[in-house]
Amino acid sequence: MPDGVIRPADAADPAVLGLAAIVSAPAVRMLGIVKRFPGVVANDGVTFEAARGEVHALLGENGAGKSTLSNILTGLYRPDEGSIEIDGTSASFDGPRAAIAAGIGMVHQHFRLVPTFTVAENVALGQRDGSGRNQLKTVAAELRAMGARYGLPVDPNARIWQLSVGEQQRVEILKALYRGARILILDEPTAVLTPQEADALFATLRTMVSEGRTVIFISHKLHEVMAVADRVTVLRAGKTVGTVATSTSSTRDLARLMVGRDVVFSRATRARPADLAATPLLQVDGLGSNDDRDRPALTDVSFVVHAGEIVGIAGVAGNGQRELAETITGMRTATAGTVRIRGQTVPNGRVRAAIAAGIAHVPEDRLHTGLAASLSIEDNLALKSYRTAPVARGPFVDRTFLRSHATEVMERFDVRAPGPATPVRLLSGGNVQKVLLGREFTTNPLVMIAASPTRGLDVGAIQSVRQLLTDAADGGMGIVLISEDLEEVLALSDRVLVMYEGAIVGDMPAASADTERIGLLMGGGTVGTATTSQGAP
Amino acid sequence: MRSPLRFERRLSQPRWLTVAVPLLSLLAALILGAIVLLATGRNPFATYHRIFERGFASQSALSGTLKSATPLAFTGLCASVAFRMGLVNIGGEGQLFGGAIGAAWAGIALGEQSPGVVFLAMLIGGALGGASFALVAGILRAKFATNEIITTLMLNYVAGILLNHLIFNSTSYWRDPKSAGFPTGKAIGTSARWSAVTIGQLAIPRGWIVAMIAGILVWVLYRKTRFGFEVSVISDSPAAARYAGMSTTRKILSVMALSGALAGLGGASDIGDFRHVLDAKGLQLSGYGYTGIVVAALARLNPLATLVVAVIMGGLTNAGFALQGPDFPSGLVGTLQGLILFTAVAGEVLTRYRIRLTHRHSTPTVAAR
Repeated sequence: MPDGVIRPADAADPAVLGLAAIVSAPAVRMLGIVKRFPGVVANDGVTFEAARGEVHALLGENGAGKSTLSNILTGLYRPDEGSIEIDGTSASFDGPRAAIAAGIGMVHQHFRLVPTFTVAENVALGQRDGSGRNQLKTVAAELRAMGARYGLPVDPNARIWQLSVGEQQRVEILKALYRGARILILDEPTAVLTPQEADALFATLRTMVSEGRTVIFISHKLHEVMAVADRVTVLRAGKTVGTVATSTSSTRDLARLMVGRDVVFSRATRARPADLAATPLLQVDGLGSNDDRDRPALTDVSFVVHAGEIVGIAGVAGNGQRELAETITGMRTATAGTVRIRGQTVPNGRVRAAIAAGIAHVPEDRLHTGLAASLSIEDNLALKSYRTAPVARGPFVDRTFLRSHATEVMERFDVRAPGPATPVRLLSGGNVQKVLLGREFTTNPLVMIAASPTRGLDVGAIQSVRQLLTDAADGGMGIVLISEDLEEVLALSDRVLVMYEGAIVGDMPAASADTERIGLLMGGGTVGTATTSQGAP
Repeated sequence: MRSPLRFERRLSQPRWLTVAVPLLSLLAALILGAIVLLATGRNPFATYHRIFERGFASQSALSGTLKSATPLAFTGLCASVAFRMGLVNIGGEGQLFGGAIGAAWAGIALGEQSPGVVFLAMLIGGALGGASFALVAGILRAKFATNEIITTLMLNYVAGILLNHLIFNSTSYWRDPKSAGFPTGKAIGTSARWSAVTIGQLAIPRGWIVAMIAGILVWVLYRKTRFGFEVSVISDSPAAARYAGMSTTRKILSVMALSGALAGLGGASDIGDFRHVLDAKGLQLSGYGYTGIVVAALARLNPLATLVVAVIMGGLTNAGFALQGPDFPSGLVGTLQGLILFTAVAGEVLTRYRIRLTHRHSTPTVAAR
């Protein structure tokens, strides 16, 4: 029954098709899995089957039960009900070690590596058989061989802290393979990768399945799932919605399965008011600044944002995006250049002046920078307005006003919480972001700097956040959208800038931008046709 | 082998717990204390009864208790104010000495002025003396990110040495030139002595009234004002404070100054209410600053609760003084105070975590997101 449908385009090795046909018993079969936590049923009768030799995606919104299911499969949790079969024999894991012994490996979203150890040491760590330095040499040699075979080149003697995030991920995969994983689970593996790195990872996964291994690919990015998976199992609210072959479905179908309704997000829905486009709101000229270790992080960054315009800034994390957002919003002192709002220069390095000038900021780290997590929703809504009336009354904070204001904002932005006194840290990711956006929007800013505003949110919340941003732009706000999610940048922006090593290396209208070229620029490649023209689209 | 006990973080802390846990902690301390008493061959009920009688049961007992509670209330407030912003000021001791030096100066210099003027001058002198010690640590922390735990602790020794210097090693303004033999401090003027407010038999030290006013003001400051709002944001997330344009530097300085000033008022009360001279040895032996940290911790940094806890701890101390003798070892009260702290800290865990009994193979019950 579970004959993996392989899309010919992805079958790099013709043997893949042959192997997939031989498969009889599924590699993994989970039947009627129920897992309850105090107050929640995380898995409510989930059924999941993955064949040998296929990439099987597990798709679902945050909280749909993907993590719980994978934690059950890797032996971290025991299911309350249901059964697990591995290669046709029933299995019951009383801990992660038993799952590893059964050939199940997991690459977590947050790596489990010791930064000061070498790659080989990290792989050997926790292996109970044998010991001593000689063993490490064997491990290193084996890692080199495995790396070459699967396209996962890593120096076994390098220390983890010296490696890039992409390389660290390779170490995690090698670690799982070294421990004999025949079934490999990857939790949102592309979240930290450039498009090119992601493509390389996909090729690796294809090689692995061509050998008859099984890859379970957890994601909520639809285009990736379409690109890499043979079949997809969609979870919603702890239940299996269905399993489909990617060859017979579309991104749209998957989105509908995932959220249970039609989802629309494309630039086509965004009609730009033409009359606003002539007013420059934010002008950034020759901006430079240093990072936390006082090394130059931004060099000569210039761009203009007009009223009603969304300017997307694409780039791999760590190329100066955070410093750019912080410098414009006054959290970081500029070493060169100016920031102007409607022609008025904003005093350098002063947050309050930037707020007063009408610059709103949705920071990357929303829970600890954008909000004070332990404080209530109402306190967080007052984070910027507490100094002035009506929130401030002389030296006092008007709690009564704040309470009614908070209730209003929660209603307007559809924040779901027990009440305005609920600490923000107890809210779900989407509601956290709505509190933050609610506060920033209610200050009626001219310009908003939004950094990764939808990262980690589920599809429903992503859609409402995007809607809020586009609505604000339609209302005349200028928005700088900083995101690693290229799909998002292209879907929302009017113009796309590409950042690499603290400089703008590409500037193009979103309509004529193509992913491949942006990907190359993000990775530091030069493109002959990359223009750096400034101005309105 | 896994332990069958599991700690599970509470998502929210129910209100009743914040009241029930301290009370149960106190009860647990009394039970543990009873075991100690039984082990040393004493009747716990009789002992507790005597402690209660001598600490709280009569107006004269209460007067003595308030006397013991006053400095603890000030040092407790000192610790609460700073800890609330995440500043671990354990320098209440030295700041109280600083306050005593300042207030004693005012009491000697203006000792013959009208009582109201001297009283105010001593309060100001005490507050400034305490604040200046705390600000040394505050400035180092704000400008150079120096760990305030270490600086405030070290400054306690500096303040102690300064006291010794003023009274024993120099002919300072504070030393009584007429003291023959063992050097003592110069007595403050007669109008600088703070008269107690009496209600029937009950004598309330003026310092206690100042402490109550200070406690209420601090509560209002932290609960109702923009200042308090900023403190709560900074203590929860310095990054969020920076993001909102709050000046952490300035807030560290003001909170440290306020914290030190409160301890300094305790020093002023020591001079005005009780000793009437700068008593270098007596102050250093009392350990008010350190007990104040315990008081603040038991009060969970709530300024109003700090006042209540100060009375309980003061009552124990006072009863200890009154009962000390061959059949009542002086260490007993200290043991009880220690047990109360111990059970209170243990109880604190219960307000944040719930404990669950599980059998060996069951899984950790942490909800996946």
